[in-house]
Parts: sequence; structure tokens; C-alpha cells
Amino acid sequence: MDVVRRNNVTVTGNPQGRTVVLAHGFGCDQNMWRLTVPALVRDYRVVLFDYVGAGRSDSTAFSEHRYSSLDGYAEDVVELCEALDLRDAVFVGHSVSAMIGVLAAGMAPERIGALVMVAPSPRYIDDDGYRGGFSAEDIDELLASLESNYLGWSAAMAPVIMGNAERPELGEELKNSFCATDPDMARVFARTTFLSDSRDDLKNVRVPTLVLECTQDVIAPREVGVFVHQTVPGSTLITLDATGHCPHLSSPEATNEAILQFLAGLR
Amino acid sequence: MMCRTDQQPEPHGAGEETSGAAFAALLEDSAEELYESAPCGYLSTLMDGTIAKINTTLLDWLGLEREAVVGRMRFTDLLTVGGKLYHETHFAPLLRMQGEISGIALEIKQADGGRIPVLVSSVVKRGGTGEPLLIRTTVFDARDRRAYEEELLRGRKVAEDARKQAEADRARLQDALAVLQHSLLPDSLPQVPGVETAAYYHTASPDRLGGDFYDVFPIDGKRFAFFLGDVCGKGPQAAALTSLTRYTLRAAALHDPDPVAALTTLNTVLHERYADGGDPRYCTAVFGTLEPDPVTGQVTVRLASGGHPPVLVLRADGTADFLRTPGGLLVGVLPEALFTPAGTALAPGDTLLLYTDGLTEARTGKDRTSLYGDDGLLAFATRHAGESPRAVVQALTGLLDSFGDGLDDDTALLAFGVPADLAT
Repeated sequence: MDVVRRNNVTVTGNPQGRTVVLAHGFGCDQNMWRLTVPALVRDYRVVLFDYVGAGRSDSTAFSEHRYSSLDGYAEDVVELCEALDLRDAVFVGHSVSAMIGVLAAGMAPERIGALVMVAPSPRYIDDDGYRGGFSAEDIDELLASLESNYLGWSAAMAPVIMGNAERPELGEELKNSFCATDPDMARVFARTTFLSDSRDDLKNVRVPTLVLECTQDVIAPREVGVFVHQTVPGSTLITLDATGHCPHLSSPEATNEAILQFLAGLR
Repeated sequence: MMCRTDQQPEPHGAGEETSGAAFAALLEDSAEELYESAPCGYLSTLMDGTIAKINTTLLDWLGLEREAVVGRMRFTDLLTVGGKLYHETHFAPLLRMQGEISGIALEIKQADGGRIPVLVSSVVKRGGTGEPLLIRTTVFDARDRRAYEEELLRGRKVAEDARKQAEADRARLQDALAVLQHSLLPDSLPQVPGVETAAYYHTASPDRLGGDFYDVFPIDGKRFAFFLGDVCGKGPQAAALTSLTRYTLRAAALHDPDPVAALTTLNTVLHERYADGGDPRYCTAVFGTLEPDPVTGQVTVRLASGGHPPVLVLRADGTADFLRTPGGLLVGVLPEALFTPAGTALAPGDTLLLYTDGLTEARTGKDRTSLYGDDGLLAFATRHAGESPRAVVQALTGLLDSFGDGLDDDTALLAFGVPADLAT
């Protein structure tokens, strides 16, 4: 299996530097890191990829069964680390990817040596004594939103998204095609993301961990950031002066500074 | 725009005053008035989503007062929870990356708990040095459109479910038909001492039951019975007729293995079952017995035909000919039917071939009327005379394949022969 092609892996930056893997969250693809990559390339080797079903990944590799649990995505990350023979890499995961990183680090401890969690949440749905911010009905509503928004996806666009150069007549990209995703696959990822519960996995983290949260994040409220910080042994929590769920897009300078500082302090 | 001023006709004549007044009334709309009362919602937010300006149209839709909104609420506060999630995971990142986003379907919450489906477009306004200053957003009422889209989605889902169901039904039906078809043919042919047997069945269509049949079975210590035939029609009714025919012939043969007697019994049964009920159904069939002589190796063949194409005898010496059974009637049509007996002996190297008319009525040209025919078959048989039953059936199978689309009927083949090498 060609992992590099399956996950549309891009490697850039300084080949001599420590490897930093940037993992996008639900809703977009590696494009999300466009403001982060420039800050890293001088000193670090940067690995970007798309989860199967997102961006320009190989959608023929999609399996509803495999990707119905975060373990399936984590296995993909481990396979990616093996394919590139990464050792002691820093895994930067946005949103649900932070949890995928926790699972992958547990599966292949020699390959992942540190974690950066950007706006993480181990569980989105409220539970006894835990506030995730959402109810099960809210998640159904999101799934309905996905249903009514194809965001640049259409069957005719598929060859372009898959990078099919033989069909130049399809070259005109739709406005919202940046993070175009097959809606059926997006639905599976959404379910897996918002219905999983990774709270118990957090206490098993054995690597240096930076938790980045925003002052105003609808998806990951402040309580969740505190919960993650308190549960991951020895973790550092930084509250970015940023709003929304994507500080790496809305406040790239502050986000990059926090990541660079953490990277510099490793070892 | 419908009212481009530069395309207004020159006012003239008596209408001058009236149209001038109407034009002035149009111009009376100030930009502010246009903004506030536009047929769509407008709002501007700071980069963190805080609402800085909102028009009356949108406030009316929301059922909110301006003071409660401006500077106090964020854009996401107007959305349903699912919409908030969608906004944070898709809308906001895309807007950040592209600087604009258009036509996103969301729902806004009204103060009274209602919801309005809307289509939202946003663009980032940038300052002189390119730094993002604020987000301008238009909100279109999409109630009718959303209802229509939901109808389409529902329709598509119904069609998709129906297609899946139809596929599953078809697969199940094919399985059932295959089992039924299988039950109408013998699993394997019995070992007839000193005789080599070969058979082949071609099904014209996988989802229609064929109407051809054959069987071989022992009747006493030294004789075996065989039959091959073709019932009228296809499908389940033909299968029922085939089943009745097969078991009638088997039972009749045990009672009296004389070929004419067996076919006469079948005729009586079919006529009673179908023609008497006003639904005449019939078949053609060859029924016969094989009696091998363990001393000479010769096999005595006795047979009778009811309206079936004549069997072929391929001789070891390279000749072939039809074994004619003139005058045999279709089985089941008349209350009393006459069947003509015939017989031959198979010596080592001889082969007896039974077939159904799918073979002789296969089309060989573009023209529907050019059929393979008796002459073609006889010539083919002559070329293969002296070959074993298995080789003959194999050659015929190749011939059937070569007909391609020209072969549109079921075809059954059954061959018996005395191996040539036994005698040497």
C-alpha cells in the first residue's frame, strides 16, 4: 500500500531538522496549515497529509468500517510514520486530530516523541460531571448541515480533486473547493469525530504535550482545555488570545509562537 | 439591475411629468434605506465575529432589537448549534483562507424559537496593508429553496433505496431460479456399463427458467432409460411442465420401459393436466432405452419421438445420419397420440446424439431467416463421426459459443457412445 499517495503526504522544510507532522481536523485538509508551515520550514522538517476522504487523499482507500473509529485514523498515522521512517517526531493535531495523535503515540511510542494539541476536545457531548458543549441532538443537526452543504463537491469535480490531469476541461475549480470532501466520507468522519470519547486515553500520554486553547471556541470550550491539561500528565496549557476553533488561521502569529517555543524547549 | 438609469428612455410628450415623478420616487431611496430594507439580510462583523452592523430586514427575521445584537452578539450566536459546528469547522476556516465564501446553507434562530433556512455569503474587507478588518455577510431567505432541495434529497434517497431493493430482489430471484433450474436437470449422469455419456446445457438467460430437459436413469439390472425434450414456453409455467414431464417419464419407464408406452403415458398425463383445463401445454421429447451387451460391447438402442427433431447417429466409419422417427406428434396436444418407434445398435466408436432445436434454429447470419439447420448439423456431425461422445459434445459446445447472439434459445445436448478402444 502506498501511504504517501493514500494520504497525499507532502514533505517540506529543513531535511536536517526534527520532523513536525501537521494533522488537520474535521472539515478541511492540509491547506489549513498554510499559515503555520512558513514559520516551521527553516528549522524543522514538516510533514503534511490529508486523512482518507479529505483533500486529495485516495478516496478509493476509504472504508466506512476502518474510519468509524479514531483508531482507524490513528493506524493511518502510524503507517505514515513507518512509511517515512519517522523517529521521535512532533505530532501537531488540530481538534479531533489531537486525539488521533494521542492514540497514534500510544501505538508507536518510538515514532511520536511529543504532542501539540490545537483546540483539542476528547469528548464533544456532555456527560455526567463533564461539559463537552454539545448534546447528541446537536450532532445530528451538524450531520444535517453536512447534508445540505456539499461545499464545492460534485461528482464532476472528483477528478480535479483527485488531481486527474488528463481532464483539463474540469480545471475550473469551484469557489469553495479548498477543502472539498466527498459528503458520504465527511459524514463518517463527522460521526467518528463528534461521537467518540477519548477522555480515558489522555492519562496514558507519556510524551511532552502542549495544549493550545482559544479564549472563545464554540467547539472546544475553556472547560475542555482545562480538562485536557489536567488529565495529560505534565502537559502545558496556553490560552491563545484568539476566537474561533482555528487559531492557526485566525491568530497565526500567536499560534506559531507558542508552537515554536514548545519545540525549542524539547529535548 | 432592472432599473439602470442610463437605459431609461428619454421622457417626452404627455407622459413626461408622470415618469419623471416615478423616477424621482425611485431616487428617493437613500443608500441607508436601501441597506436597511433590502430584500436580504446584511451584517458586518469584526474578525472575532462580533456583530458591528446589521440591517432591519435581518433583525425582523430574527425578531431581535438592534441594541440586543450590535456589539453584544457574535454571528455564530444567530445560528443553530449544528450551524455553529458547521461554521467553525468549514465556513470560518474557508473564509480565512479564501477571503470569501458563498452560498453556504445555514439556519438562523428566531427569538420565538423558529428557524429560517438561509444561504450565507461572506467576504473579508481588508485595510490598506492587506490586514483583515471586518467580515461583510449577506443572508438570503432560502425557505422555499431548502424545501425543494429536501424534496430532491428525499426523492434521491427513495430512488436509491428502491434501486438497492430491486438489486437485492433480483439477486435473490436469480438464486431461486438457479436452484429450481438445477432441480430440473440431473446432478450427474449415472455410470452406464460400457457406455460413455456426455451432456451439456446452455441457458439462454440467467433469470428465465429454460424449457429444455434431459435425464438418464437405470430401470432394471441391464437397461437404462434416457430422455431429452423441450417444453413449450419459458419461465415458471414451463418449469412446472418440465417437472411434471420429467417425473411422469421416470415413473412410466419403471412401469413399462417401452418407449412408445412411456410417451403415451406422458401424453395422457399432460393432456389431462392442461388441455382438459382449457390451457393446452405440450412438449416434444425423445424417450429411449439403452441395453448394453456385455459380451459384444454393442448397445441396443430403442427409442420413440413425440414431435422432436430426429436424433443423430455418428458412426465409427466417419459417416453420420439422422435416425428418423416419422409421424410422431407433439406430446400433450391430442387425447390419443401416435408415436413411432425406431431403433439402432451402437458398435464401438459409434455415438448417438440427442439435441434440442436451440441448436438447429440458431441464427448464423444477420438475417433472422438464415438458421444453422439440419443440413449444417449433419455436416458438422459427419466431420466429427468416430469421435467419443465427450469430444462431440465439446465440439458442439464450441459451435454454440461461436453463434454468439445468434443463439437465443436454451439448448440441451445428450450423447451416448461405445468407446472405440474397448473393442481393440
